[in-house]
Amino acid sequence: MGDPGSDPARVVEEASIVRQPLLALLAKEPAHGYELKLALEQTFGAAYPSPNIGQIYVTLKRLEADGLVRSQDVEQTTRPNKRVYELTPAGREVVAAWVDEPSDGPRVRDEFFAKLILAPRAGLADQMELINKQRHHYYRLMRGLNDLQDSASRQDSAARLLVEGTRLHLQADLDWLERCQEELV
Amino acid sequence: MSGPAPAPAPVMLRTRKLVKEYRADGLCVEALRGVDIELAFGEFVAVMGPSGSGKSTLLHVIGGLAASTSGEVWLRGQRVDGLSKRDWAIQRRRHIGYVFQTANLLSTMTVADNVELPAILSGVSARQARQRREELLDDLGLTDKARVAPSRLSGGEQQRVALARALAHHPSLLLADEPTGNLDSVNTRDVLRLLRRTHAEGQAILLVTHDARVASNADRVINLYDGMVADDWSFG
Repeated sequence: MGDPGSDPARVVEEASIVRQPLLALLAKEPAHGYELKLALEQTFGAAYPSPNIGQIYVTLKRLEADGLVRSQDVEQTTRPNKRVYELTPAGREVVAAWVDEPSDGPRVRDEFFAKLILAPRAGLADQMELINKQRHHYYRLMRGLNDLQDSASRQDSAARLLVEGTRLHLQADLDWLERCQEELV
Repeated sequence: MSGPAPAPAPVMLRTRKLVKEYRADGLCVEALRGVDIELAFGEFVAVMGPSGSGKSTLLHVIGGLAASTSGEVWLRGQRVDGLSKRDWAIQRRRHIGYVFQTANLLSTMTVADNVELPAILSGVSARQARQRREELLDDLGLTDKARVAPSRLSGGEQQRVALARALAHHPSLLLADEPTGNLDSVNTRDVLRLLRRTHAEGQAILLVTHDARVASNADRVINLYDGMVADDWSFG
């Protein structure tokens, strides 16, 4: 995986992932960009796709343009001014609506499934090979999660639960690959 | 640097065209349909696959708990399928450790005696057996339970004792059949930690599981499907 900053599509995607959590952090209290970055990292640990400071500022600018946050420069004597962000009433409504609505369930559109069905029809790949390749990818991800879990401290329950959830999803994906194998191969 | 090519890694376990058929009521079920696998000394291999794919049968045939229908099983360079029951028992006591989904501890013996027994059966001295038991129970955080009956332990503790017992006689090969199948997340973590540690010390492990979290601790993952190897893949 390269630097997310080098891929414009990924920057946009990551910016939208970070949008709601930033609003939720600002619902607690006003903060500047770097504080928000630290708060995300400390709460979710290494398991979370940690946004870089650039992504946070880009997202904050967009939120401001959308009228969900406003900012003002706060003078600092020894350092350059910092820009402190706070929620607007419209932003508060958006956070409340976000908290209130159920979050996305499992996806119905699955990129791998499209490959698995379409590629063999075009003679581009063998289904068993595709399934095995995808399996290997999941095993590697699983091992990465194990390492993350080992490095997370035991008290760090938010990060631990996040890893646990990802592991359960991965296991479900692997079980589903098995079903594909049984039906298709 | 030039020189003679290095010798191929010695093989701990090899199966050749292994077939296992079960017959019942005139029906014949082929649980294994020609399985070739190899395990190097010190290697940790996970076997996965849907239920009914033959993974437990493979472990049972390799461990001598079920007889193969045809094919070969080689352990440490010796062909072991077709050994008499008595010879198999000797092989197993010396070279194989077993851990299953349920602990199956001997209820009339203490935890300590449960762990020491296989070491003593394999022929080591009582003192060595005790040392090894102390070391293993210490590793598993069970030292203070050594003198109690297994029934006084939680399910997770019993399973850790079962793992200690399987490792007590320093087996060449540890066979593990869903060893974390009945465990919660925390106990699973403890069992995995011990498996990783003994593997790091050179223990060869063949482990059957449907849990990818468990399998991803191995060096290699073999997938069985319909009694055959569908995939055999190493973490690079």
